[in-house]
Formats: sequence, C-alpha cells, structure tokens
Amino acid sequence: MSPMILNTIEVILNGLMAGVMYALVALGFVLIFKASGIFNYAQGVMALFAALTLVGFQTGQVPFSHLINVVFGTNYHHWSSGINSFLAILLTMLVMVGLAWLVERVVLRHLVNQEQIILFMATIGLAFFMEGLGDLMWGANIKVLDVGLPSGGSFWWEDVTREWASEGSEYYGMYIDVLDVWAAGIAIVLVIALTIFSQYTKTGRALRAVADDHQAALTVGISLRTIWVVVWSIAGFVALVAGIMWGSKSGIQFSLSLIALKALPVLILGGFTSIPGAIIGGLIIGVGEKLFEFGIGPLIGGATENWFAYVLALIFLMFRPQGLFGDKIIERV
Amino acid sequence: MKLKTLSAAAIAATMALGSGAVSADLTFPSLSYRTGPYAPNGIPFADGYADYFTLLNERDGGIGGAKINFIECETGYNTEKGVECYESTKGEGSLVYQPLSTGITYQLIPKATADGIPVHSMGYGRTSAANGKIFSHIFNYPGTYWDAASIIVKHILDQEGGDASDKTIALVYHNSAYGKEPIRTLEELSKKHGFKLTLLAVDHPGQEQKSQWLQIRRERPDYVLMWGWGVMNQVAIQEAANIRYPMDKFIGVWWSSSENDVIPAGDGANGYKAINFHGVGDGFAIYDDIKKYVVDAGKAAGDGTNLGTVLYNRGMYAAMLAAEAARTAQEIHGVADITPAQMRDGMEALKIDQARMAELGLANFGPDINVSCESHGGPGQAAIQQWDASAKKWTLITDFTGADRDVVDALIAEDSAAFAAENNITARSCS
Repeated sequence: MSPMILNTIEVILNGLMAGVMYALVALGFVLIFKASGIFNYAQGVMALFAALTLVGFQTGQVPFSHLINVVFGTNYHHWSSGINSFLAILLTMLVMVGLAWLVERVVLRHLVNQEQIILFMATIGLAFFMEGLGDLMWGANIKVLDVGLPSGGSFWWEDVTREWASEGSEYYGMYIDVLDVWAAGIAIVLVIALTIFSQYTKTGRALRAVADDHQAALTVGISLRTIWVVVWSIAGFVALVAGIMWGSKSGIQFSLSLIALKALPVLILGGFTSIPGAIIGGLIIGVGEKLFEFGIGPLIGGATENWFAYVLALIFLMFRPQGLFGDKIIERV
Repeated sequence: MKLKTLSAAAIAATMALGSGAVSADLTFPSLSYRTGPYAPNGIPFADGYADYFTLLNERDGGIGGAKINFIECETGYNTEKGVECYESTKGEGSLVYQPLSTGITYQLIPKATADGIPVHSMGYGRTSAANGKIFSHIFNYPGTYWDAASIIVKHILDQEGGDASDKTIALVYHNSAYGKEPIRTLEELSKKHGFKLTLLAVDHPGQEQKSQWLQIRRERPDYVLMWGWGVMNQVAIQEAANIRYPMDKFIGVWWSSSENDVIPAGDGANGYKAINFHGVGDGFAIYDDIKKYVVDAGKAAGDGTNLGTVLYNRGMYAAMLAAEAARTAQEIHGVADITPAQMRDGMEALKIDQARMAELGLANFGPDINVSCESHGGPGQAAIQQWDASAKKWTLITDFTGADRDVVDALIAEDSAAFAAENNITARSCS
C-alpha cells in the first residue's frame, strides 16, 4: 500500500479512538438526560471532581487542608503516603454516590415539575459549586494521575504496519496510542455493563420506565428520587472513567472540565437519549474531524476540529433533527 | 452636642490617618488568577509577586522608606474581570499594572495610557509596545515574543553549526492572538536562514492534539517550537513523548516552560527545552531572606511549596523589576511617595547591572536590564533551559543571549507605526 493510503487509515483509526474519548464524556450527559430530562451542564465538572478526588485518595491528601491550616494554624497536607489505585477508585465512587444523593436532596427534590430550563440553570449553578468545592478540597495545582494504564505509541503496531507499505517507500509504521486502545476497551465494557444493567435488573428496568414516562412510572410505584440518585451515581461513575482517561493524558487540572465541549457535537449528532447514539456519534465526530483536518485542514490554516465537529453535527441535524438515535418528539394538539 | 463633636473629630482623625497612610504607601496592584482553568500557573506567579513585596516591607520597611501597599484582585484569567480589577484599583494610587494576560493587556493599552498609569506586560502582550515612542505607558522588558522566536532560532543555528537551510521547523501554536505572535518573526527568519516553516494551530483549550502530532510524526520536522498555554502544554509534551519525538528538539516559549507543563508527562518529558528570561531554581541568596522574613514568619502568600519554581521566580522577578523602577523614580524625583507618572519615569530609566543583581541576592538571575524612552522592551535577552525528568528540575543550558535585532527591530518599527496610524498617535520625542 502507498504511504498515503496508510496515513489515511492511521487518521481514521486515531479518529475512532478520539471518538471513543468523546463518547465517554457524552455518555454521562445521555444517562441523566434520559432519566430526568435534564441537560447536565455540570457533567464536565463531575469528571474533574471525580478525578481530583481519585488523585486525592491515591496520594493520601487531606481534603480541605488549606482551609484547615489557615483556620487552625496547623500544617496538615497528607494523612498517609497514599492508597492503591483500586481502593482509591472504590472510595471515589462512594464520594460520587454521596454527591448524587446530595444533588437529589438539595437541588432536584425542590425542582420537581419545574421547566427544563430551570433544571438546566440549576446544573450551571451546580457546576460552579463543584468547581469551587474541588478547588477548596484538593487545591488548584496540576496533579499527576497514574492508575497503571499503559500509554504511548505501540511498537508492535508500528512494526506490523510498516510491512504493509510499498517497497522502497519511507514509511515509519502506523501510530496508535495504547492508552486510547485501553479507553476503547473500557468504553465497550462500560456500554455492555450499562446495557445489561438497564435490560436485566429491576433498577435498570425502573430507570427505563422513568426515562419513558415519569408520570406512568410514578403511578406504578417507582420512586423518582431513588432513580435520580441511581442515575446521577452512574453518571458520576462514567464521569470518573472519563476523568481518568482524559486526565491520564494531561494531568488533573481544572481545564479538564472543558472536555464537556467535545461532547456537545456528539450529543447533537447521536441524540440526547441514546447510549448507542453517544458511542456512534462519538465515532462519527472523531473520524469526521480528523479526516477533515488531515485532508482540508492544511489548505485553510488548520485548527478545524473544534468547529468542524459542530458543522458535521448540524449537517446530520438537517436530516435527523432528533439526532441519529434520538427519540422522535411527536406533539399532538 | 459633645458626642457629635467627638464623633466628627474621630472621623476626621481616622480620615487624616487613613489618607496619610495611603499617601505614604506605594501601591502595587496584582491582577492575579488563583481560580479557573489557568490557576495552576497563576498561583505561583501571584505568590512570587506578593512574597517579594512582603519581603521588602518586612526586611527593609518598604522601598526608600515608603511602605508597600499590595492589592490583589482576582481576574480568573478573564479579560472582562481583568478590566474590572483595573478600574476598581486604579483609584488607589496604583503605580504599575501587571495584567498577566495578553487579552487584558490589549484592553488596558488605551485605558492605562489615557489614565497615565504604566503597564508592565513582562514577556507577553503586544510585542510592538517595545517602541516607547508610540506606546508611552506600556513596557514589555526584559523580552518580547519576537525576541523569543529569534533567540530560539539562534539556538537552533548553534545546534546546527550555523546553517539550518535544509531544516524544517514546525510551530505548534495556541490558535489565538498570543499563539500567532511569533509567526511573522519566524517567517522573516525563515527567509533569512532558509529553513522551512510549518505552522500547526491548536484550538483552545488544546486537550485534543492528535491531528497535529500525527502530522509531525509523518513530516518529521527537525525542530518543533511551541507557543502554548495551560493544558495545551501538558498535552503537547505528552503527545510528543508518545510519538517518541526527540525532546531536545522540542522547544517551548517561556509560557510553556514551567514544572506544571512537564511533570504530567513523567520521564517522557526528559530533555524538553524552553526559553526563559530569568534564572531557575532556588539557589539564589534572596531565598534565604524570603524564607526568613516571609515564609517562616507566616506571611507568605501561598503555602511555601512553590518557592523556586519557574513561575514563582517569574512573579518574584516581576516584583523586583517593579520595585527597582520605583526606587529609580524616587531617586529621579527626590520623593519617597511617587506618583504613577513618576513611576513611568523610573521604568524608562531602569538600569540594573550584575552588581546590583548580586546586591539584591539575585546574582546571575537575569540579564542586565536597560530600559529607555525609545525602547521599552530591552534588553531582549533570554536563555534556553532544559528539563531533567529524573531530578525534576530545570537547568539553564545557555547564557542569556540577544535576539536578531535587525529582524526584530524592523518588525517592531513596522507594527508600531501601523498602530500609531490606526490610532492617530504621533510618535513622541525621546531626545
């Protein structure tokens, strides 16, 4: 094969991998929107908060240490040299469940039957609150996240694909980041687990019932409040996974919350109510933006990915206003 | 009646004391950003800036007998908030502003000029503000982005035995006014030295750079330069490590040169280079005083963990330059309690040689400083630093060296003339 074809395949592959990373963020939005009709503006901050908490546990950092030291004149920073990653993930998950319970108790419970825009505004407030809380708890410095996932280009894949190039051509082999492959694997496991949970468990079925029709679900005795806690907990778990994957690349820092921006075109394209839509949407956006940047980007100054993702999503919207997999909204007079 | 008289007297006395205290103070505002996505970079700079002024107050009783009144205002690296901070603090007798953002600097150029308050955009902001004849109140010493681009190219020429004509240099830049600043200079230098220049823009915030680094991997440029900020730096260095790009051929600007940028990439960042206009580490005599009078006395702005980091040093250096300019202004005008206009005179007459740097406890920390009415950007010198991942420290690997003045000065003259024409500014006389 000519290097040009191989390069194009490389771009598509890396686009698929980037798409998986986008989909990981989009999944959290979909879960909450499906169950409660809320566009959770705080999803990106949830990923940040989860990742900050994880590193805090991993490194044995004392939460609110700065505040404690200022108020009491102490000098506490760490309560231990840290705990292993698995235990830290479990503890972080507990924190995210606690956060979900608090969100239901303090925010959502008081906004039942309110307009969607009010719920959306509440999540904006929640985002600011959580960002401040994360800062106060764990500090604003950049933290290194290492949960033992390998990263860097795969030598094996480079060697294999180098053989595919035409003889005599200068080709270095195809690049793929091992961390991205792990992310793809984890995303697949996550989607399978979510599907099994929603199809085959009692809570999952209740969740689907709430997603289909709040009123009907309430009439058969499903507790909306419990479901909301469950859904926000699952979204917290998805946020933790997204935070780990994105944070492994850049360190944990407050700009991690901006990954939500990459999920928006995915949601527009895939639909706000479909888990497969988030995955497929992510893959289409990932491949689309990477191919466009590869083929057209150099001709128009580059940096096309941010805006092209939205253009791509809008093109799809022209034909499928509810997104590729979104529920068609039929309103009768 | 008696109570009223007493109250009035008390208020009058308080006002007199208050105004007396303010008038005897030298007010230095700090437009810091300790919150938001760029806080990891804003905090060490703000700490260094604050701690130096605290040191002067605690050790020397201020500058020239006048105490320092330090006001910090949180901008969150947001231009609107930065302008609000300026407006809310300028009435306090603020002597000089460090906007700490190119966006805020651009907004303050006309405002501060009209208000007669100097702005020191140290190594950022509008490069052509180095022309003091056009930009009467804006200073960007000790170096500009165009100096940085030129000095990096000089370093590459040194590495290549003086000839880079068959080389390719790629610039990975933040797709903003800041990131685009070096392009014009690099294009001129490309014409002069014959190297091929490739431009790779990265959109804000820069968390996803796969396309840019795949292109670098395909095209294999001989050197990669980076004009990045925030998360863009960490991701770029991680991606460069992932594609196994030789890190000693990857050179960042001074806003891509902190510990924050390299530590997340771990060992992969080993050998990464960046340009810097000041010294690195805490091996300077001034740190003994900072520890004694500021940190150990419980008066530090932060928790003391940032001491000696690149951005803490930069904040401390900025404060030192401001303090020395204030001292110069006091000497010129023969008063301790200087005004912003007098402060500007001090900045325009600022001269710091190595003997003075040693007196300040900062021997060899930076190049000689020489500012004039014509040149607000002097001396335009910087050095290259390199990251040692195992020791987790930066080392300066070159001396402080100057830019290609033929190229840079011509560009400054051209750009400042265009600004003057657009804004109906007549160049002032410096004779």
